[in-house]
Amino acid sequence: SPEGGQGSPWGGDPGGSRGIQPRSEPSSAGNYRTQLWDKQSESFLPSTPGLGMHVEVKDPDGKVILSRQYGSEGRFTFTSHTPGEHQICLHSNSTRMALFAGGKLRVHLDIQVGEHTNNYPEIAAKDKLTELQLRARQLLDQVEQIQKEQNYQRYREERFRMTSESTNQRVLWWSIAQTIILILTGIWQMRHLKSFFEAKKLV
Amino acid sequence: QVITGGHYDVDCRLEDPDGNVLYKEMKKQYDSFTFTASRNGTYKFCFSNEFSTFTHKTVYFDFQVGEDPPLFPSENRVTALTQMESACVSIHEALKSVIDYQTHFRLREAQGRSRAEDLNTRVAYWSIGEAIILLVVSIGQVFLLKSFFSDKRTTTTCVGS
Repeated sequence: SPEGGQGSPWGGDPGGSRGIQPRSEPSSAGNYRTQLWDKQSESFLPSTPGLGMHVEVKDPDGKVILSRQYGSEGRFTFTSHTPGEHQICLHSNSTRMALFAGGKLRVHLDIQVGEHTNNYPEIAAKDKLTELQLRARQLLDQVEQIQKEQNYQRYREERFRMTSESTNQRVLWWSIAQTIILILTGIWQMRHLKSFFEAKKLV
Repeated sequence: QVITGGHYDVDCRLEDPDGNVLYKEMKKQYDSFTFTASRNGTYKFCFSNEFSTFTHKTVYFDFQVGEDPPLFPSENRVTALTQMESACVSIHEALKSVIDYQTHFRLREAQGRSRAEDLNTRVAYWSIGEAIILLVVSIGQVFLLKSFFSDKRTTTTCVGS
C-alpha cells in the first residue's frame, strides 16, 4: 500500500487493543493524538493537556516489548524481532478527567510499519541525493520490504510443515491407542461376564 | 477482510460528514470500496459484530487515500521526467501492486491458519469426548447386563428348561 495510509489488521476486542503484522526486524512507529469530548460545547476539545495515555506493545509470543506512559499526544517506536501479529494497546490512565457515562475520547492514530517510517524528503536532504538516487533508494526500500515479506512467508510455510507432520504423528498414535483401548475393553468385558456367569452357574 | 472468528463475516457501514450512508453491507467476508470524497470532513466507518453470539472477529482494513506524497516537496520542477525517472515511477507502481498481492496472501494465510487452529480444537475435544463415552458405555454395558441376571427378588429364571 502507498505512503498515504498503511493498512493493518485490527482486533475487535474491547479495551482498545489492535494487532499489526510487521515482518522481521523492521522498526514501527505510531503517532497518536487524543481529544476529549466537551459536554458544554458539544464538540471535541482541540487538545487535552494533562490526559496521559499508557501504550503497551506485545509481540506474537505475548511478551511486552514496549510499556510506557505518554502524554495526550505522542509518538512511540518499537522494533520487533519475531514475525507475526503484534498487539498495540492504548489506554487512558487519567482519573482526573475521568470518562464517565457519556464521556467520549477521540483518538487519532497513525501506525507506520517498516519502510513507511521513511521520510523521503528528509533522507534526500540529509544524504544529499539527486532525484534519481532518491528514486532508486525508494525502489530499494520497496524491494527490501518485499523480500522481508517473502522471508516471513517462508518461515510460515516451515512452521506449517512442522505442524502438519506433528498432527500426522498425533493422529496415528491416537488411532492406534484407540484401537488398543477398544480391543482391551472388549477382552475385559468378555472375561468379566464369563467369570460372572460362571459364578452364577449359568454356563 | 475478516481474518478470524465464526463464519468470517462482519457488517460494515461508511458515512460521509453529513451522515449520508455511502456504503452499507451486512455479513460480508471481504469487500473493496472506492469512492471520491465530495467534501472535507470526518468520514466514519463502522464494523459491527452485533449479530454474533460469542465469537470475536479480527478484521483487516486498508485505506488508500489520494496520490502518494511527492518525493520532493519543493516542487520547482519545470522539466518533464527523464526516461530513467519515468522508468523508476513505473517500477514503483509495479512494486506497490506486488506489495498489495503479498498483503492479500498474508491475510489468506492468517485466515487459513485460524480455521485450522479452530478445527484442531474441535477435533481434540471430540476425540477426548469420544474416548470417555467409549469407556463409560463399555463399563455401563457390563453392569447393566449383570443387573439383568442378579435380581434381588427370588424369581425363577427359566433358562433352558
